[in-house]
Amino acid sequence: MTQKKLKEVVQKVLPDVDMVIGYRQGFDPVHATPFFVTRPEQIDELIWNPLCVHNLASYIPSLTTNKKVAVIVKGCDSRAINQYLQENLINRENLVVIGIPCSGVVSVSKVLKAVDHQIIESVSCENHAVTVKTSQGEKKLSVSDVSPDKCKTCLYPTPLVYDHLVGDPITSDKEPESVYDEVRSFEEKSLEDRFQFWKTELDRCIRCYACRNACPMCICQDRCIAESRDPHWVTQKTNQTEKFMYHMIHALHLAGRCVECEECTRVCPMEIPVAKIKKKINMEMDQLFDYKAGLNAEDTPPMYTFKVDEETIEEHEL
Amino acid sequence: MSVVAGKELRIVGFLCNWCSYGGADTAGVSRFKQPSDLRIIRVPCSGRVDPLFVVKALLNGADGVLVAGCHPNDCHYSEGNFYARRRLEMLKKFLSYMGIDDKRFHYTWVSASEGARWQQVVTDFTKQIHALGPLHQKEEAGD
Repeated sequence: MTQKKLKEVVQKVLPDVDMVIGYRQGFDPVHATPFFVTRPEQIDELIWNPLCVHNLASYIPSLTTNKKVAVIVKGCDSRAINQYLQENLINRENLVVIGIPCSGVVSVSKVLKAVDHQIIESVSCENHAVTVKTSQGEKKLSVSDVSPDKCKTCLYPTPLVYDHLVGDPITSDKEPESVYDEVRSFEEKSLEDRFQFWKTELDRCIRCYACRNACPMCICQDRCIAESRDPHWVTQKTNQTEKFMYHMIHALHLAGRCVECEECTRVCPMEIPVAKIKKKINMEMDQLFDYKAGLNAEDTPPMYTFKVDEETIEEHEL
Repeated sequence: MSVVAGKELRIVGFLCNWCSYGGADTAGVSRFKQPSDLRIIRVPCSGRVDPLFVVKALLNGADGVLVAGCHPNDCHYSEGNFYARRRLEMLKKFLSYMGIDDKRFHYTWVSASEGARWQQVVTDFTKQIHALGPLHQKEEAGD
């Protein structure tokens, strides 16, 4: 239904743009893959279902300087567009946003776990459920059971910025307070336990930089200080110090900018909860500066500005 | 830099050129007694201090990091310390989440005339770090 409407919208938009970025079927039935539509005959390949997990907004900053681009976004992805606009990273005149209200996507790794990593023969998506067929038989999974963590606390199922909206807006039924429950419960652990947790998690990190490459807000990738030799912030050593340093760089460079699309966690081949680090800083930004990234294109990111009298920051005594 | 074993810990201080470095100088010229654990790095402004400087120091051998700049409204560059305040506050809240005690990091404001205050800050912060003990185990140092 939505897929049919989406194709109609793309049909309308395509003549005025150089490309439309959407999704098509990937290398196997459970993977969707980003798809760059440039010719009308490609439109039929477009898909829309809970397997469309990627944040396509990530492609925009490198394109809108000299091309006119249309992009398909979910609610969470749309926050990246607002954040780009705040930071002047894209040219809005060269961008057409096709928004789709999203009722939740699946986590491909959770689906694969649910079918015990069998080879998947086919996947069909109905309302709020996916049926996965393997050689062992069929399994019907509710989308909410295999959704990524971000969907469980999603406050913005309807895109916050769009030129065309495909389908009817959806309002979130989640509690705004619940977004940072994960951080609060983690903070109840002792300092030592927290350190051990990150030590164990980050120990698996192979520094493939997938989390950085997938991040929509990591826009200085070609000169990332995690890889540069001058300045030489991190070495090639594979020890705990360098792994911590790399993840702290990623987190601190996203302070007040992370739009919580959780692409970093999704792409991590070692299943490190990378987004959990950023979530803490987001919570601080919300508490200190009453700011959530990517909600409004007119906002100023909190680290780009200041107040002479900061009511929320108290001097620290020794 | 080597430390006097058993007596000293490594504390790195990032001091703004215009106020806190002057304040430390004032304390020195006035011959105020100070602990010798602190290694001072002079920066043009507290706004120059990237939170990653602090993280890098703590992860690579420092037991504590102190950042000091001009008092708010007194920045030589008008607003550098206002930006610094936001960044460093964010960092202070973040460190303990990663399992690094936020008491190992302190930021404060010391003007060039406040030699006595500087002495107080260094003494108190060094005491605090000594109470926490070394952050790094010996065997990890050469890792």
